[in-house]
Amino acid sequence: MTAAEGPVPAGPGPAGPAAAGPGPAGPVLDVRDLHVRIASRMGTVRAVDGVSFDVAAGEALGLVGESGSGKSMTLRAVLGVLPAEARVTAGEILLDGVNLVTRTQSELNRIRGPKLAMIFQEPMSALNPVMRVGRQIAEGPQVHLGFSRARAAERALELMRRVGIPDPERRFRAYPHEFSGGMRQRVMIAIALSCDPEIILCDEPTTALDVTIQDQILRLLARLCRESGVSLVFVTHDLPVVAQICQRVAVMYGGQLVERGAVGDVLLDPRHPYTRGLVRSAPDFDYVRDSLVPIPGAPPSLITPPPGCRFHPRCEFAEEDCRVSETPLRMLPGGRATACLHWERCLEAAAADRAQA
Amino acid sequence: MSVIPLIPEPGAPGAYEVTTVRAEPRRARRWYTQPALLSGIVIIAIILVLATGAPLFSSYNPNAQNLNATLLGPSAHHLLGTDQLGRDTWTRLLYGLREDLRIAFIAVLFPFALGTVLGSLAGYFGSWADTVIMRLVDVVVAFPFYVLVIALVFVLGPGERSIYIAITLVGWVSYARIIRGEILVAKRQDYVLAAQSGGLGSVRIMGRHLMPNVITQAIIYSMSDIVQDMLAIVTLGYFGLGVPPPTADLGSMINDGQNFLSTHWQLTTIPGLAVVVVGLGLSLIGDGLADLLRPGQA
Repeated sequence: MTAAEGPVPAGPGPAGPAAAGPGPAGPVLDVRDLHVRIASRMGTVRAVDGVSFDVAAGEALGLVGESGSGKSMTLRAVLGVLPAEARVTAGEILLDGVNLVTRTQSELNRIRGPKLAMIFQEPMSALNPVMRVGRQIAEGPQVHLGFSRARAAERALELMRRVGIPDPERRFRAYPHEFSGGMRQRVMIAIALSCDPEIILCDEPTTALDVTIQDQILRLLARLCRESGVSLVFVTHDLPVVAQICQRVAVMYGGQLVERGAVGDVLLDPRHPYTRGLVRSAPDFDYVRDSLVPIPGAPPSLITPPPGCRFHPRCEFAEEDCRVSETPLRMLPGGRATACLHWERCLEAAAADRAQA
Repeated sequence: MSVIPLIPEPGAPGAYEVTTVRAEPRRARRWYTQPALLSGIVIIAIILVLATGAPLFSSYNPNAQNLNATLLGPSAHHLLGTDQLGRDTWTRLLYGLREDLRIAFIAVLFPFALGTVLGSLAGYFGSWADTVIMRLVDVVVAFPFYVLVIALVFVLGPGERSIYIAITLVGWVSYARIIRGEILVAKRQDYVLAAQSGGLGSVRIMGRHLMPNVITQAIIYSMSDIVQDMLAIVTLGYFGLGVPPPTADLGSMINDGQNFLSTHWQLTTIPGLAVVVVGLGLSLIGDGLADLLRPGQA
């Protein structure tokens, strides 16, 4: 199946960013100071609280954090498919300089698909159980690109070949339940690619798959994005996955961004205690072999978040100023940013972790 | 420092393993093993053949009077005898069934369509659309079905068109309730979110994505609804509010025979039994379909 792709230039080196970024200078997606509030019986949930990030053309950005840190809400806000109780209360979401927050749903419907696409965590439930797989892939081109039914079907077959679904002519007429988990996720990828989007948002696309399939899907995604220059926003709590597929990473905690930077820098030299905690609790890194260290405590309530830094109740470096002053992201040299007031101490501790290993 | 794994190029050994999974043949739905469904289908098939082929099974004109041969008992010439105007009862039964079944099958379509559309709107959009539509449903449901249908036909005047209008205005509420409930559940599914994320419009999502997932319950209900419509049509005929007199109709046959109940009971009983058999057949089909189509049934 790989022969269909044509010649692929000799691989980009380990430092991905050098090879990425053939597009124009400006970012494709620029999220600025995004706030999402959810009305609930218990009070207003500050699900996303002043999140800013941008994604360049062809770049893959990882959005990392634990459950309930606001990753998925951020993605849904970008797509304009927030649940009924949730609202974007402040901030801008610029896609090619166009602010999506102020668009109506029907205006967004011309953007979702041809410019923005989404891949979901659970491909079984994200595919319609009673529609033939091929028609689900062909639907986007029919609606957005004005393709005829026959031409859209052609396009679907071509996409099915591209994502590595064997025997596409026969599988076109199959239903989702006839596919394995990995094949279903390939179908989701084909749907996301069907209208040639500029950016694909992935909400933990490999979490529901077993590890060997996970790897296939990640490689497929990475390759397709490299070939077609599509940008990715990759939400996950799986650090090795981020390391495998992303050039930059943004770490979320309690609805806020706490750290941002190039993947290698952030994961090896965490400059926020929460990032360090994430790295120390993940099994796949060279310097944490025998001891996985959990982060003590529980995620903060987003209805009444702790004052000051939201991580301070769980932080071993917390000082008095962490409890009182707001901690916005501050720029550091090397394109990095951290919300920690005492990041130097975190850095020292991380260096010590490594020395110990 | 090569902690970050590289992504191997396509073509590299072992880079893209493809799992081939053979598509299973679609599970055969063994409808013919359902006794209820099977007997219902047999009953209704026989009745449909008799009714649609009425001229083949009788040589009489259903409306032709023969005042020399009134109120005859069953005989070789008149299988079920004749009525007070000398019309052949067997012939009138077939033509009456034909007329009533035709009206019933048409009458079930309009409330089905109206209720499905309004129920989808209420369920999918919620908020004020839901409030308005469901309060309207409450108002209609407050009246008994037959009372409201009869009252409406009485107001609109007898005839086929009035029957359709009345049954549509009263019957849509059940479909609206069923579809609304199904949509409320289905719209929380990820595939709806995925469709929205793909930039599909609400009409398309409702029609193409949700409808095939929710319509089954409405189809099952429509089978028992036909029985209800059939009874309403017969009742209207009995009250003289159905199709106008010379045309054969089970309701008017029951009414006409009523005066001769003590001497010629078959004039009333036979069309009554016909209604019962049709109702039984359609109900069996409805139950059988429900067993077959409802998820979680073996």
